[in-house]
Amino acid sequence: MPARISRRTLLKAGVAGAAALLFARWLYTPTAAPAQRNDSASALDPAARTIVAAVIPVFLDGALPDGSEASSARAATLAGVERAIAGLPPATRKELADLFSLLAFPPTRCLVAGVWSPWPEATHEAIVSFLARWRDSRFALLRSAYDALHQLVFSAWYADPRAWPAIGYAGPPSLEIG
Amino acid sequence: MAAAVLQRSRPPDPFRAGLAAGWKVIDASTLSEDRNFEADVAIVGTGAGGGTAAEILCDAGLAVVMIEEGPLATSSDFRMRESDAYPQLYQESASRKTKDKAINILQGRCVGGGTTVNWTSSFRTPEPTLRHWRSAFGLEGFGPTDLAPWFERMERRLSIAPWTVPPNENNEVLRRGARALGFSVGMIRRNVAGCWNIGYCGMGCPTNAKQSMLVTTIPAALARGATLLTRTRAWRLEHANGRDGQIRALECIGLDAGGTDPTPRRISVRAKTFIVAAGAIGTPALLLRSEVPDPHGVVGKRSFLHPTVVSAALMPERVDGFAGAPQTVYSDQFLDVATDGPVGYKLEAPPIHPVLAAITLSGHGAKHARWMNDLSHMQVIIALLRDGFHPDGAGGTVSLRSDGSPVLDYPLGDYLWNGIRRAFASMAEIQFAAGAATVMPMHVSGASFTRWSDAREAIASLPLAPLTAPVVSAHVMGGCPIGRDVQRAVVDTSGRYHHLDNLYVLDGSLFPTSIGANPQLSIYAVVAKLASALAESLAPRRTG
Repeated sequence: MPARISRRTLLKAGVAGAAALLFARWLYTPTAAPAQRNDSASALDPAARTIVAAVIPVFLDGALPDGSEASSARAATLAGVERAIAGLPPATRKELADLFSLLAFPPTRCLVAGVWSPWPEATHEAIVSFLARWRDSRFALLRSAYDALHQLVFSAWYADPRAWPAIGYAGPPSLEIG
Repeated sequence: MAAAVLQRSRPPDPFRAGLAAGWKVIDASTLSEDRNFEADVAIVGTGAGGGTAAEILCDAGLAVVMIEEGPLATSSDFRMRESDAYPQLYQESASRKTKDKAINILQGRCVGGGTTVNWTSSFRTPEPTLRHWRSAFGLEGFGPTDLAPWFERMERRLSIAPWTVPPNENNEVLRRGARALGFSVGMIRRNVAGCWNIGYCGMGCPTNAKQSMLVTTIPAALARGATLLTRTRAWRLEHANGRDGQIRALECIGLDAGGTDPTPRRISVRAKTFIVAAGAIGTPALLLRSEVPDPHGVVGKRSFLHPTVVSAALMPERVDGFAGAPQTVYSDQFLDVATDGPVGYKLEAPPIHPVLAAITLSGHGAKHARWMNDLSHMQVIIALLRDGFHPDGAGGTVSLRSDGSPVLDYPLGDYLWNGIRRAFASMAEIQFAAGAATVMPMHVSGASFTRWSDAREAIASLPLAPLTAPVVSAHVMGGCPIGRDVQRAVVDTSGRYHHLDNLYVLDGSLFPTSIGANPQLSIYAVVAKLASALAESLAPRRTG
């Protein structure tokens, strides 16, 4: 039965994925970009920034403005994600650094995320499929990683006043300072 | 209407006036050297527990030092923007999570704690909860009659009164739907004075109408000479080993201006008495870091969250759930169930601001965008599960990460998922009864329904497991339960730590179960009772 084959295939991919994840954590943790505060550094290293930049248009497909405003909206969202990460405690920043290391490391990018091209070249479809795969994963760890990206990207965009006209939100009342 | 509001000026900021008059407030992120403080009483935390205790102890003439991990932000700083408020005023930028990341915890972290950012819902502790504490935990002295004068006192102090303005449409839908079905429904009392009905309570009240600790008890304590340390993380209570020892000092760490990372600054507070009121995650964490005697291993166990799930609806008319007082209507139709039966839940209608809505809506891309585009028509009901009453809903456990920061391990088992499934059905039924065009239980499937019968059928078979449905919490409780039985309770019925003489816990971590209602008034009343007795014992001549 196709359903059974598909389940077995998924199971195998899942086990392999979990193994790769553990491997990547073990391999990458000691050398991953440290999550410690460094005043001159941004909250994301260049590889992580590339990944966030790649997933933003997919998360926000249908939400971002068209045309000339699109690229500045994407850039503002990326900056918002970086600000949000900078506001997290060290332990959480470290977990996110691990997640981005896993996504940046080519073997785990292919095996666990299912994205076979480097992030800047990954197609929209490949990223759609990656996000769906993690959102619907049988592994709670991957679902939680999807949720982390979801929360970072959506909170960055919808905190931005340029997102508000499309959703019928006029913003807070402007009170005069008395 | 709205334009009239816009033309009014903000009322003055009394906190800034107090600072100008010389209140003693020290921001540890600005310190250039280590500091030492001495006091009669050191209070860790300035939320509902710490704030209430501070005023009572200062009124008794005691010298008080308050230690707050968050920043001091006052009405002049409150710009009603989620981008400011969550990083500035909430624990972990409002994205604190349980260990497996399945529950997102909204918890205040600023002067005034949760009271600065809560949605003003004020309930006396439900009588069934108090009766359960007595029958299941043997807790004496905290019955409805014992607490009545303390509820009355704090209701007067914080202007807690019925809210007579008509509910906003988001709450009106809950009322209309519940009434149509014959469900019980009530109006929520609020702790406000001269509220403008703007709807931004969760981002810090810009008009000082909300009678939080920030504008009531803490200014009163500072006016009496108390000292407030901000951006100061209480790290470790130094104590003599052995039974019935004493805490000698509290060692604190300065935080940077962003509030996330330690600085090299150390702040030491010596006091005769120490009160921990750091909230139900922070309080057990400080006790665990301090390695205080805990022979029965009860510190940080039985921590409760009121795990909360969400149902969104699209209404034919505008709802504008971002405007107007949040949470003014509730239904307890499903709350007060037998404690040995399925979990009970309380229904309320929260504020609907863009970021909260966007992170709660499942999925991404075009479908997510369509729901967001309908934000002004979106209606939201939440169900808060009453955890801690049944052995299968026994809460979570606070432990420490390797860096000493706390993490709450809160397993969501079948018992709670069963409650979540029933809650999804109740919320959808109410929304359809109120005229919803579409209802979507917040779940990874993203399935939405246009008929109650379809929703009921689908919800019955919805696959539920951690991280398949957003579960949130705005109420941390328990972890240091009060009671005489040292095998089950962390503090005695005076709030004193069972195994140390001069250490008290005075916050929501005292509760043996969750409250089954928004907990702020429960914390105020219980702490007022305990702090008043403590004040009398510490300063008998001045209180007589």
